[in-house]
Amino acid sequence: MLLIKGGAVADPVEGSLTVSDILLENGVIVEMGRGIKRPGAEVIDASGKLVAPGLLDMHVHLREPGFEAKETVATGCRAAVRGGFTALACMPNTNPVADNGPIVRYILEKAREAGLARVYPVGAITKGSMGKEISEMAEMQDAGAVALSDDGRPVTDSGVMRRAMQYAAMLGLTVISHCEDPGLAAGGVMNEGFTSTRLGLKGIPGAAEEVMVARDIILAELTGCRLHIAHVSTAGSVRLIREAKSRGVPVTAEVTPHHFTLTDKEAEGYDTSAKVNPPLRGEADVAALREGIADGTIDVIATDHAPHTPEEKDSEYDRAPFGMVGLETAVGLVWTELVATGILSPARAVAMMSINPAAILGVESGPLAPGRTADITVIDPELEEKVDPANFCSKGRNTPFAKRVLKGLPVLTIVGGKPVYRKL
Amino acid sequence: MPILKKDMLGLEGLQGDKISLILDTAASMKEILGRQIKKVPTLRGKTVVNMFYEPSTRTRTSFELASKYLSADAVNISASTSSAVKGESLGDTAATIAALGADVVVLRHPMAGAPLLLARSVKCAVINAGDGAHEHPSQGLLDLFTVREKKGRIEGLQVAVVGDVLHSRVARSDIWGFTQMGASVRLCGPSTMMPAEIEQTGAICFTRMEEALEGADVVIMLRIQMERQQQGLFPGVREYARLFGLNHKKLALAAPQALVMHPGPINRGVEISHEVADGVQSVINEQVTNGVAVRMALLYLLTGGGMSDVAH
Amino acid sequence: MPGDYKQKAVILDREGIRRALTRIAHEIIERNKGTENLALIGIRNRGVPLAARLAARILQIEGKEVPVGTLDITLYRDDLSTLANQPLVRQTEVHFPVAGKTIVLVDDVMFTGRTIRAALDAVIDLGRPRLIQLAVLVDRGHRELPIRSDYVGKNVPTSKKENVSVLLDETDGDEKVVITEGENFY
Repeated sequence: MLLIKGGAVADPVEGSLTVSDILLENGVIVEMGRGIKRPGAEVIDASGKLVAPGLLDMHVHLREPGFEAKETVATGCRAAVRGGFTALACMPNTNPVADNGPIVRYILEKAREAGLARVYPVGAITKGSMGKEISEMAEMQDAGAVALSDDGRPVTDSGVMRRAMQYAAMLGLTVISHCEDPGLAAGGVMNEGFTSTRLGLKGIPGAAEEVMVARDIILAELTGCRLHIAHVSTAGSVRLIREAKSRGVPVTAEVTPHHFTLTDKEAEGYDTSAKVNPPLRGEADVAALREGIADGTIDVIATDHAPHTPEEKDSEYDRAPFGMVGLETAVGLVWTELVATGILSPARAVAMMSINPAAILGVESGPLAPGRTADITVIDPELEEKVDPANFCSKGRNTPFAKRVLKGLPVLTIVGGKPVYRKL
Repeated sequence: MPILKKDMLGLEGLQGDKISLILDTAASMKEILGRQIKKVPTLRGKTVVNMFYEPSTRTRTSFELASKYLSADAVNISASTSSAVKGESLGDTAATIAALGADVVVLRHPMAGAPLLLARSVKCAVINAGDGAHEHPSQGLLDLFTVREKKGRIEGLQVAVVGDVLHSRVARSDIWGFTQMGASVRLCGPSTMMPAEIEQTGAICFTRMEEALEGADVVIMLRIQMERQQQGLFPGVREYARLFGLNHKKLALAAPQALVMHPGPINRGVEISHEVADGVQSVINEQVTNGVAVRMALLYLLTGGGMSDVAH
Repeated sequence: MPGDYKQKAVILDREGIRRALTRIAHEIIERNKGTENLALIGIRNRGVPLAARLAARILQIEGKEVPVGTLDITLYRDDLSTLANQPLVRQTEVHFPVAGKTIVLVDDVMFTGRTIRAALDAVIDLGRPRLIQLAVLVDRGHRELPIRSDYVGKNVPTSKKENVSVLLDETDGDEKVVITEGENFY
């Protein structure tokens, strides 16, 4: 029995904060209200803290199987719970690619062994994520896959994408699209702009993303498939999604903390920790992303947690792999950059990291209430810390946020009634 | 305090007095090149390692001669013999260089920023001899030196840079160098070969070469790589030569006695016609000589030189 | 010159310098039996105006012009690797062939002999002179190399802590030779 006392409970549906005690027993919430007393229960004082339904990061690369030097299911889950996430969806670009039932089951088995965060595998749209033949989606769904994506690379052939979306719609699965036109991206390594010109690095124009966002919106209309745009990075994409939503197209979208915080200036000094795909964009794009977050065009904040080894990242900018870790800095960045600045209320911030992604993936979530599974994240809005990658639980240390001071950090993560990360 | 930083990685942000110091020192070095015995003992016992991950006979030879004229020992490591092909990281290569006792590493690399990466991991001086489409500072400096020598000044001149600006590290170093020294830079090339937002450097962009050349005091032609055609950046050599090649007729639009420059090697008949390349206004061969003097100056200054007068 | 030094004594004043140079000019002509094949090379910095003045005196005395050159010995110094910052390189301007000539090297102060050693190398790199002689305004002793001067304005015994400063109108806007005490900038 665990009694969380005096916290402000965030209701992401109502958008409210209510001070309430929460009593957990056998992995479920058994009672909520003021002044709960239960002899024998362990009491956690959460006064001054925000108590939220467990957070879900719907865009994570766990790297297992195949790239265990970068991350494993276990280390990724440890990083998740330290970052305040009780659940995550993991992308299929492993080796082999998660394009069939056995691999999906393998990942779930690894997650069970780790016993920390809930893991929701995302299956590949096409076999080997090669963009040619659609994968056995139903088999993966039966094995436990919650959505489909070829994340890391686009489905270039529009015909393939159309058929994949038709098939996914039949199964009721959401297609998560990595929007990138390879012809326009053309081997670029950062945002196309003055910084890329100065550094002599090949640029990726915003149009490389926007062309595909537009295409996939059109295909969502054609097929009726639920479309989720991963890691939106440009003002143009926000505009396209806003317009599509206004017409009732079944499209949702996510933004990463790095895209709403940083610009392409981070590439100065050829800092590979800021090399990410889609690339960090310009100031106007960051402003548009924040506007999209504020007005609801953007549904989800997800990290695109992409761990790499120091050896891989410590190389020439052109040669370094794309990606940065995000699980352990996400909540702090959301609180520092969006909540403290008034762009999001605490309850909406929670919604964008819990019920919204859960609804897209069709997994359990909802306001904390008696009878619900006890997946809970407690955030201390006053806790301030400097990011130190040495303390990360992730194997990846590749973050451009090192030494940045973040305020508003997770202090307690409970999965199934069990505290799996505790700093309280 | 040393006048220059440990390394010479680019001309962006390099102050005018430092550029002047390099050019003045290069002028002194040039006198040595005119002697019967082109050798001074200055860098005796120092080791200069030329690491070229990209083939470049000109630049490598120029650095090699510069090292030798200053009595340094020059060692060449080229991509075919280096460990790069075996997958050794630049960091490991750096450790090897340090262990070999190099005083200066001259690095040519196809990837922008590689010299900075190397410079961070070695104690010795690093000279960027061209990194991707980023910078080629010794070329920029020799261009400045040539113009200053021929025109007596740089300030107030109109300098046109024509060609594939997008992929040109020479263009970038020239833009920073000439702008810093008070010249105006005009850029001209096919619209497919103009880098994004380049006008933020202060350069003025043209797509019609005739406009770019009008009244220009210096015309710097860039080498066009033929593989850019396969990449679809220009439709063909003939059309390129017609629109962006320098011939007598176009050169006549520039200021009288305008200098014609080219970093070499030249595609004759493509970006520059025979007559212009070999004409009286061409200083292309002087650029090569000046390149050695400028590189001697860099080697001298980066091994600690250039402080002040020391008497007796 | 370093700003904060203590002037101890004036060794040569304006007149003294003038007389010394006149005498040296006479000695050069006498020793070389005229000005045939003769050339003067001043060592930067203060050897340069001294060489020019000697050439002017020789012209007055003999009515003959002797070629004058300028030598920058920076690149020949033997202490470059020990200095934190190497000195500025100036141009060497010797616009006549030195091969077969009698070269008189001119400098202001003779001390350890290392500058002259460097100058000898520098001159020989320009060609093979028949003979090299050395003229200095002040010889202050403390030789570290087997080098001697042929023409001396004044021999001045000094301690190593002392510094001998030659000030000339052309370079310093004053005309005197003084002994100072303080840091040596060698």
